[in-house]
Amino acid sequence: MKKIIAIIRPDKFEMVKNALEEIGCHGMTVKDVKGRGRQLGITENYRGRDYRIDLLPKTELEIVTNEANVENIIQTIVKTAKTGDIGDGKIFISPVEDVVRIRTGERGENAI
Amino acid sequence: MADPILNSGDTAWMLISTALVMLMTIPGVALFYGGLTKKVNVLNTMFLSLIAFAITSIIWVLYGYQFAFGQDMLMGLIGNPANLLFSGIDVNSLASLAPTIPSTVYIAFQMTFAAITIALISGAVVGRMKFSSWLIFVVAWVSLVYVPIAHMVWGGGLLFNMGALDFAGGTVVHLNSGIAALALVILLGSRKDTTLLPHQLGYSVIGAALLWFGWFGFNAGSALTAGGLAGSAFIATNTAAAAGLISWIIIDYLKTGKPTLLGALSGAIAGLVAITPAAGFVTVQAAIIIGLVTSVISYTAIAWLKPRLGYDDALDVFGIHGMSGLWGAIATGLFAAPFINSLGTGLFYGNPGQLTTQIIAVAVVGVYSFVVTMIIGLAIKYTIGLRVEPKEEIEGLDTNLHEESGYRI
Repeated sequence: MKKIIAIIRPDKFEMVKNALEEIGCHGMTVKDVKGRGRQLGITENYRGRDYRIDLLPKTELEIVTNEANVENIIQTIVKTAKTGDIGDGKIFISPVEDVVRIRTGERGENAI
Repeated sequence: MADPILNSGDTAWMLISTALVMLMTIPGVALFYGGLTKKVNVLNTMFLSLIAFAITSIIWVLYGYQFAFGQDMLMGLIGNPANLLFSGIDVNSLASLAPTIPSTVYIAFQMTFAAITIALISGAVVGRMKFSSWLIFVVAWVSLVYVPIAHMVWGGGLLFNMGALDFAGGTVVHLNSGIAALALVILLGSRKDTTLLPHQLGYSVIGAALLWFGWFGFNAGSALTAGGLAGSAFIATNTAAAAGLISWIIIDYLKTGKPTLLGALSGAIAGLVAITPAAGFVTVQAAIIIGLVTSVISYTAIAWLKPRLGYDDALDVFGIHGMSGLWGAIATGLFAAPFINSLGTGLFYGNPGQLTTQIIAVAVVGVYSFVVTMIIGLAIKYTIGLRVEPKEEIEGLDTNLHEESGYRI
């Protein structure tokens, strides 16, 4: 089992969510987050003075899935969330030891 | 001077002008400043304007107008107050300085000027001043700074008798509020976070537009009659605002390559400020020059002078109102055209003495405003204190001082 954390542009969220539904990936946890990548945020100018906005608003999706689905989900997110400009986000994949469905007590892949 | 007979056209125009100037403070200044602050201070920022208007309204009818516009005494510094507490003011009496409208209308019109002047100062201190201290400051400042300066310039006092020209408040309102703002922020010190990141520029667009709209009452109303002079002041006002806006955008382009909305709003306000003392004295051609130049002056003060001197004028009251007010007063001495208004002839029409008079007026008002504001500020600082606790400042004044917040979403 794997956990996929995708940090994407907030305005791409609806498109990514719909695309994931189309490939059968329904479960996800979503958070509004702030962050920055290599470009160190953006610069804004007010009355002639520059201010660096370090942390930009992003949306974080957390998906736990079977090994077999991982590549499909990653490709779907990349295809849908990409604009080609700086700030499109990142995807992190990590192993998951176990999953417990609280309602039934099921464990492992059955609980996803 | 018009015959001392009530003119219903003039009276109707002055009632409307009074309401227009009221609109400049609430919601104009409140929205303009509110949008420029952090979202945790938006309500406190608007509240400062609202309470300033209310307190000044009471002061003005009880004693403010009487001291400002009473018969001169004390060497031109203050008027001799008759009709204290509004007693003895006949509803049918005509204003001595505007003999075709009722005294009551003239008093109300002047009241709105006093109110917006103190409200303008609030932009400098947002985000860190105690609300209770602001209440006391409003009472003291309107009484000890605004009223004497209004008398000196408009009410038959020292500068009035010298021939200083201030059609609608370049020195009385704008230079005065800008200099007072500077004095107050020197006493208050810098905010913990001095970045100016407007939380809702849309509010500021609405606020600035209401200011621009209300300014027609401010400047064209200062003709005190509904006639050609009001029309001339009206068109000069709009022209200077437009020129100021365009000028600031050009500076934006030259400095950063991109126009900014806040720059456009700032330029429009700077243009309106600068034309205020000159509105009823100058041609539209002069209004264009006044507007174009004023954005350069205010932009330089804000983007260059402020960071070098290190004072924390949060919303640039000194940079825009102080500096553009100063330029407008000087420009009046340069551009006043006798064929627009027989009361004013500037340097370019053969009267260099007017420029000297304007410089003296600017110096007297600037020094008086700075010194007395400092004294008032120091008295408050060393009694109840000027500044909120650090925790309150960091968390925001809305929840800490008012137990309210601007946004639930």
